[in-house]
Amino acid sequence: MIRTALLVAGKDLRIEVRSRVLLWQVVPFGVIALLLCGLALGPAHAGSSSAGPGLYYLVTLLVALLMINRSHVVERAPGTKSSVATLGLDPAGVFLGKSLALAVELWLTGLVLLAGAVLVLHTALHGALIALPSIVVTLGALACAGTLYGALTAGGETSATLLPVLALPAFAPLLIAGERSFYDALHGGELLGWWVIVVVALVAYVALGILLYGVLDE
Amino acid sequence: MNNGATPVVELDDAVVISSGFPLLSGVTLQLWPSSLSVVTGANGAGKTSLLRLLAGLDSLTSGSGRVVGIDLRDGDLRQLRRRIGWLGHEGSFYDDLSVKENLTFAAKALGRPLDEIDSAVARVGLSRRINTSAKQLSAGQRRRLGLAWLLLRRPELWLLDEPYASLDDEGRTFFDHLLADVVAAGATVVVSAHDPLRSRSLNPRTILMSGGSIVDETT
Repeated sequence: MIRTALLVAGKDLRIEVRSRVLLWQVVPFGVIALLLCGLALGPAHAGSSSAGPGLYYLVTLLVALLMINRSHVVERAPGTKSSVATLGLDPAGVFLGKSLALAVELWLTGLVLLAGAVLVLHTALHGALIALPSIVVTLGALACAGTLYGALTAGGETSATLLPVLALPAFAPLLIAGERSFYDALHGGELLGWWVIVVVALVAYVALGILLYGVLDE
Repeated sequence: MNNGATPVVELDDAVVISSGFPLLSGVTLQLWPSSLSVVTGANGAGKTSLLRLLAGLDSLTSGSGRVVGIDLRDGDLRQLRRRIGWLGHEGSFYDDLSVKENLTFAAKALGRPLDEIDSAVARVGLSRRINTSAKQLSAGQRRRLGLAWLLLRRPELWLLDEPYASLDDEGRTFFDHLLADVVAAGATVVVSAHDPLRSRSLNPRTILMSGGSIVDETT
């Protein structure tokens, strides 16, 4: 399972490096969205207001939906799905590999957006650094949940629009916990409770993915 | 024909229904080791559906079947898929990866030695394109990449869906020679095609399909 996971993660990341969709399309979209959100609130106040962490996770959600969809589109190219199916890869390993690749992409994008929040929205650097570990875990959980829901919706012709509708209820607890822990990191609040929620969600989605990915992918 | 060997494919009254539409309706078929069969018929006759059933990519709705000894109803279809070689008519790989990267992924997934990649690529005539991304290959070269993928796998059962599409005369001749070699080496090959094979030297069994059923067979 681990061998398959590393193989699939390496393949997905290599495809992203080759296609440069993340670099030239997804990240610029995220930065522009963050800028526009900041402008709507007033850039001098957005980062220090209570809306700052929410803006960060709202933009991260938009970016994550694009990346989840992209992660499954590369598997659904005509002929590819059938041929890869005949490799007989362990579905649990495929789930872990695709989640890991998606998590790496989300971590990189999340880091750029965090830097953008500090530079453009004047989010406090110290608070952003305190929030960083919780952001890493939240985005990891988002990657696992996204991979699971991506497999669920990928077969249909309307997958790009169906994914947000189905996945948002599952993402909501993660986004709320991530946003609250970011807010508490900026304002000196207690982080532990939110940490527990995102870690439990991460473990739950990893377990669900290992058990269900094969069925959903079929 | 069988010489006491066990059939590689055994279908008995196989029916496949997808979204209420019958793709195969009562197919009975036996295929033996070291044989070449060509499934012909018009569009929608059920050629691809038959190959997909044999590959374990679609499920049996009723009837029974065994492929490389694995039951299509109760057997491990993931194990079956590992033992067959599938070449779909659309292509078979990741467009953003190079020829070598695609084959490396397949070899690692199947546990094949990586040093076989260069010989497989050379055999299908893609050595000069080994670092070219799949999306930059012509349709014929993509077919050859698909063949290299199969050569790496060395499957017991080759299932080739419209393999002659997009091939020029040189490509078709190359393909005929390759099929003759793999059959001589003991593999079972099933090819779907609109028309019977051009090359008589291959001496295939021809299976004519219509409406999801086998309507005629010639050897």
